[in-house]
Amino acid sequence: MTDPTRAAEDAARASYGKLVAILAAQSGDIAAAEDALTEAFIQALRLWPERGIPDRPEAWLLTTARNRRIDAARRDKRVTFTDEMPEIAMPDPHTFPDDRLKLMFVCAHPAIDEAIRTPLMLQTVLGVQAADIARIFHLPPATMAQRLVRVKRKIKDTRIPFTLPDDVDLPDRIGALLDAVYAAFAVDWQEGAGDLSHEAHFLATTLADLLPDNAEALGLAALITFVEARRDASPVDGVYVPLPDQDIGLWNTDLIDHAALLLTRASALQAPGRLQLEAAIQAVHAERHVTGVTNWRALSQLYAGLMQITPSLGAAVGRAVAVGEDAGALEGLRLLDLIDADAAEAFQPYWATRAHLLAASAPQEAAEAYSRAIELSTYAPATAWLEARRTALRSRLL
Amino acid sequence: MRYTFLLYSDPADFAHMTQDDWIEMKSVYGQYIGALQEAGVFVDTDWLHPADTATTLSMKGGEKTVQDGPVAETRESLGGYFVIDVPDLDAALAWAEKCPAAHAGKIEIRATAMDSLG
Repeated sequence: MTDPTRAAEDAARASYGKLVAILAAQSGDIAAAEDALTEAFIQALRLWPERGIPDRPEAWLLTTARNRRIDAARRDKRVTFTDEMPEIAMPDPHTFPDDRLKLMFVCAHPAIDEAIRTPLMLQTVLGVQAADIARIFHLPPATMAQRLVRVKRKIKDTRIPFTLPDDVDLPDRIGALLDAVYAAFAVDWQEGAGDLSHEAHFLATTLADLLPDNAEALGLAALITFVEARRDASPVDGVYVPLPDQDIGLWNTDLIDHAALLLTRASALQAPGRLQLEAAIQAVHAERHVTGVTNWRALSQLYAGLMQITPSLGAAVGRAVAVGEDAGALEGLRLLDLIDADAAEAFQPYWATRAHLLAASAPQEAAEAYSRAIELSTYAPATAWLEARRTALRSRLL
Repeated sequence: MRYTFLLYSDPADFAHMTQDDWIEMKSVYGQYIGALQEAGVFVDTDWLHPADTATTLSMKGGEKTVQDGPVAETRESLGGYFVIDVPDLDAALAWAEKCPAAHAGKIEIRATAMDSLG
């Protein structure tokens, strides 16, 4: 906190999603809300280091952004602007998550192309830069920026409402929303930067608070909370630590307890689903902090269930890992061989798992699989871990 | 805000309709129009002759071209439209869901752009 510019930046960034949600919920114009907020941020970064950070930075930013919009509206005579509130009290803090939720439902609206929902949510709710989103989604920055502009224009021009869907639409829309939040979390989790998964954790727990009767919303919050609880356990000294090898002393047991509570509440609703199953898998791993061992049999069964509900490459590889530990490496390899080779070709966890399962029986092949995994790894701590495994294996080969 | 529903259907789906079917269909649409009027959201509607009777005109580039046929040659063609006036897209979607054309084909929903033209 010694650097006032940095402090101002942090305060501003932490409030971004809330403020866009409040501003856009009133006008329906996300782009205008973002523009006004950007100007308010610029002013904050100029003034705060000189005058000190205001007592209520969010209120200051909101007031400034609103004044900017009023000014802009006055300049643009064609717009009639009645929403003049120069001295606005900050809305009740409880309406914050509510406005954010509205914005999230707009981003996940069925009239919006599925492929752009998560990027839009990342940008508007979490304030991620379009260039970073483009990198995450492997698209040229100009293409991503163009798509984001287009979708915001559609929201404004076709007047997609900033409201919570009614009970009839809720089940459909909540699925899209949870998928988008999960994608935001997963993207960051794999890349390992951290900021985004914190935000996704916040969004998921907010959703669970606001929708306490939705089992999958609770499931997602549980899933993300379990993973968050292990943040300090990997990487260690720049090297990735696989879950079963993590030091349980580095796990956050408060978060684990909270995640377990969320999952219990989800189960009580008796509406099983994919996210609850994935959370249950994390719960089994987390139990090691009590029992001292990993129940691979339970994990094998949960992955088998997951493969039935939503088969995916990740679930298939996860299942091979669990079965490999429970029933032996050969059984695990047999499951890996069932996976479509073309699909697995560029999937790093597949090659890391293959290498691990081959290590005892075919060390030469295992070393080749590690090399393939290293080529595919985009996360430095994982690369370091894979290289260490390969070196250990080669020293045995000599 | 005004929304226009462009009703698209495959003419082949109507090829085997009897006179009674047409009377039935007119009555179904009549009920829908009645519901829109009762809700105070009805602006306009029309039922159009088939797409193969369409004439397309363009003055683009200062040159007049008149062509036989619709703008886009697709299996599904524009068969009619509704114009309604409701607050937002969700309300428009809710009315589109009730439109008989949605059950026989597709409805493209387009918001009015007049508002933004001033």
